[in-house]
Amino acid sequence: MNDNHKKNEDEKLENPGRREFLTATAAAAGLLGVGACVWPLINSMNPSKDVLSLGTMDVDISKIEKGHGITVMWRGKPVFIKHRTDEEIKSVQSVALSELIDPAEDKSRAKNPSWLVVIGVCTHLGCVPNGQKASDNKGSFGGWFCPCHGSEYDVSGRVRKGPAPKNLEIPPYTFVNDGKTIRIG
Amino acid sequence: MADKFKNKVLAWVDHRLPILSFLKEHLADKPEPKNLNYMWNFGSLAGIMLVIMIVTGLFLAMHYTPHVSHAFSSVEMIMRNVNYGWLLRYAHMNGASMFFIIIYLHICRGIYYGSYKEPRELLWIIGVVIFLMMMATAFMGYVLPWGQMSFWGATVITNLFSAIPFVGESIVTWLWGGFSVDNPTLNRFFVLHYLVPFLIVGVVLIHLIALSTHGSNNPEGKEPPKAEKIPFHPYYTVKDLFGLGVFFTIYATFIFFAPNFFGEPDNYIPANPLVTPPHIVPEWYFLPFYAILRSVPDKLGGVILMIGAILIWTVLPWLDTLKVRSSRYRPIFRVLYFTWIASCFILGWCGMNAPEGIYLWAGRAATLYYFAFFLSLPLVGKLEMKLFPETLKKGMFVLLLCFSSVSLHGHGQEVKVQKWSFNGPFGTFDRGSLQRGFQVYKEVCSACHGMGYLTFKDLEDLGFNKAQIKALASQVEIKDGPNDEGKMFTRPGRPSDSFPSPFENEKAARFANNGAYPPDLSLMVKARKGGADYLYGLLTGYKNPPKDVTIASGMYYNEVYPGHQIAMPAPLKEDGIKYDGGVKATLEQQARDIVTFLAFASEPEMEERKRLGIKVLIFLIFLTALFWGVKQAVWANIKHKDKE
Repeated sequence: MNDNHKKNEDEKLENPGRREFLTATAAAAGLLGVGACVWPLINSMNPSKDVLSLGTMDVDISKIEKGHGITVMWRGKPVFIKHRTDEEIKSVQSVALSELIDPAEDKSRAKNPSWLVVIGVCTHLGCVPNGQKASDNKGSFGGWFCPCHGSEYDVSGRVRKGPAPKNLEIPPYTFVNDGKTIRIG
Repeated sequence: MADKFKNKVLAWVDHRLPILSFLKEHLADKPEPKNLNYMWNFGSLAGIMLVIMIVTGLFLAMHYTPHVSHAFSSVEMIMRNVNYGWLLRYAHMNGASMFFIIIYLHICRGIYYGSYKEPRELLWIIGVVIFLMMMATAFMGYVLPWGQMSFWGATVITNLFSAIPFVGESIVTWLWGGFSVDNPTLNRFFVLHYLVPFLIVGVVLIHLIALSTHGSNNPEGKEPPKAEKIPFHPYYTVKDLFGLGVFFTIYATFIFFAPNFFGEPDNYIPANPLVTPPHIVPEWYFLPFYAILRSVPDKLGGVILMIGAILIWTVLPWLDTLKVRSSRYRPIFRVLYFTWIASCFILGWCGMNAPEGIYLWAGRAATLYYFAFFLSLPLVGKLEMKLFPETLKKGMFVLLLCFSSVSLHGHGQEVKVQKWSFNGPFGTFDRGSLQRGFQVYKEVCSACHGMGYLTFKDLEDLGFNKAQIKALASQVEIKDGPNDEGKMFTRPGRPSDSFPSPFENEKAARFANNGAYPPDLSLMVKARKGGADYLYGLLTGYKNPPKDVTIASGMYYNEVYPGHQIAMPAPLKEDGIKYDGGVKATLEQQARDIVTFLAFASEPEMEERKRLGIKVLIFLIFLTALFWGVKQAVWANIKHKDKE
C-alpha cells in the first residue's frame, strides 16, 4: 500500500525536488535540536560549581616529627604529607634517573626537601598505598607499597616497581605561616 | 519476509529478529483515517513528554538527596551549581504541567469524539489507569523538593486515607512509616516517584497494542473503509512533528521566561512541620478534584466523591451506549459536554480559593453537574435518537487550545507593581543597583540574615574581581572544624563559603530577636507572593499605625506585611548608609537596590536562562516552520486527490 502511494504521489507532485530539500533540511534541523538537548544532560554529570570551587585547605605541620607523616583529605582524595629524615632525603636524591620507571629529580618533586606532599592514590588503578603507619609494609624502597597489585614507591613518591606507570601525583601547595602550615590547592 | 528490506543488513537482521517489520507494520504503515484533526496530536505528544520527564528526572536524580536535611538544599544545589541544573529542573517542573495539559486535552478529545465506545472500551480504561498512575507520580514528585507546599501537600493527601473506616489511621501510619510525614515518607516517595514512570511506560505499550488493534477513531466517528486510509508515515509523522514544534515553543517559553508560573512561592521555603502556610493549594492539575473533595462536608464522602470523579470515567462506555460516536452528530451531548468542560474549569477556580461563600456554592453546583453529566448519558442517547434521528448536521466545534491563564496566586496583599531592570524576556540585573544592593545587605541586612545558598564567588556576576571577592570573604568569620584536637574553630571566609547567618542556630536567632526568626535571604524573592514588588513594598511600607490598630510589644506596623504586624524594625533609613558615586541613598533607592540584589540572589542563573531562551525560541520557531512546510508538501497529494 505504501509503495503504491509513493508512486502516485511522485507522479502528481509538481516539484518533488523541493519537497525532498525541505524534508532533508527539517530532518537536519531536528537532529541538531536533539543534539543540542543532549549536551545539557551530559554536561550536568560533570563536576558542579561547588565541587570545583572546593578550594584550598590549610594543614598545620608544626607538630609532625621527622620520619613521620600524616594523611589529610583534599577533594575527596588522601594527601600524604611526610616529614622526611636526612637519610631519606639523601637516599632519594642519590638515585640515578636511569633506574627510575618515570624519571624525575627529587628536587622537582619536593619544594622543601624536608617535606614531601603527594596525592596518595596509586597511579595504577587508584588504591591507596600503605606506608603511612609505622607498622605498614613500605615495600623495598622505604616509601609506600600498594596492597592491590604490589606497586612500590620510594620516599619521593616515585614508582620503583610496577605495574603502576607513573609517580605519585603532586597536588598544588604552598608553605605559609613561616613554613608551619601547608596550604593545599 | 526478507524481501521487505532492500538493504541487505536490515534484511539479514529482520529475517532473524523481525523487530523492523513489526515496527514497520504497526507504526510506519499503520493505516489511519485521513481526517484526523490536530486533536489527535496529543497522544504522541504525551508519549514524548513521558520520555522527556523520565530523561530529565533521571539526570536530576543523580544530584538529588532524598533526606529531610538535604532534600531542599540539594534542589538548590541543582539550581545553582550543577551545570545546566536549572534547565533540567525547570524542564522537569514545567514538564509536569505540560504533561497534564496534554493529557487533559487527550482525554477531552476522547470524550468529545466518543473514542471510548465499542470496540475501544479497554483502550479507554487503560488510559484511565495511566492517568491515575500519572497523578500518583506527580504528587510524589511534588513532595521531593521538601518545601512548605511539598510537606503540607503530602500531609493533606496522605491524610485522605484516614477517612477509610476502621483501618484508615493504620494505613496512614503505614504510608508515612512514622507518626507524621518525615524522612521515611520522603525516602519511599522518592523510590516510587522513580519507579512508577517506568510502569507507566509498560502500561502505555498496552495502550498502544489496544490502539493498533482497531486503529484510531476519527472526528466523524465512523470507521472509514480500508482503502480510504493512509499510512501513519509520512502523513501523521509530519503532522505530529509540526504539532511537536508548536508545543515545544510553548513549553520553552515557560521554561526560559516564566519558569515558576505554575509553582507556588511557598515551596521555596524549606519544609517546616510546625507551621502550615496560610493558604495551601495543590498543583493546578489537581484543583478540580480538590474542589470536589471540599464541596462535601463529610470527610469520607468527600474522599469517595473525589476518587469517584475519576473512576466514573471507567464506566463511561457503558453509560453512553449510543452507537453514534462523534459529538459532531450529537446536538444535546455536545452542549452538555462543553458545559461539563466549563464545570471542570469552575471546579479548578473554586479549588484555588478558600472554600467559603461563592466558591463553596459554585464548587458544589459544579460537582453536582460533573456527576450529573455522566449519569445522564444513558438518557441523553435515547433523547437524541428520538429528537434528532437524522443527525446529519455538521458538528461545529471550536476548541479553545489556549489554556485560560489562571492566576495561581489567591488573594494576597495589595502590592504596587514596580519597574525592575530584570523584568521581561530581555531584562538583566542593573549592575550598579546590584553592587549598591550588596552594600545594603552587608551593612544592614547581614546583621540578622544569612544567605546560605549564595557564595562569595557568586559575586563575580556583580562585577567584583577575584581579589575583591577574596577580601570580602575574609571579612566574615566562618565556623569550621573539628581540627586535629577535635575542636571547632573560626577562620576567615573563603570565596567558596556562603554568607553565614550571624546566629549559631535558629534557637539562638529567635532568642536574640524577641522570638522572631530572621529568615535566610537567598530565596526571598522567589519565596514570597508578589516577589520583588512585595519586598519593595515591605521595605518602604513602615508607617505609623492607624488609630484603631494596637500593635503588640516588639512589633512594628507595616502596610504590606500580611497581618500588618512585623517583628523586624524598619531596616532602612533615609541616608542610613553612604553610597559611592554620588547616588543618593534615599529610602526608596536603598529598597530598590537591596531588592535587585536579592532577586539576583534567588535566581543567579536568570540572565543565562533568558539568553539561552531567546536562542532556543528562535530555533524552535524556525524548526516548526520547517515542519509545517514538510507537512504541507506531504499532504498536498492527499488534498489534491480529494479535490478530484
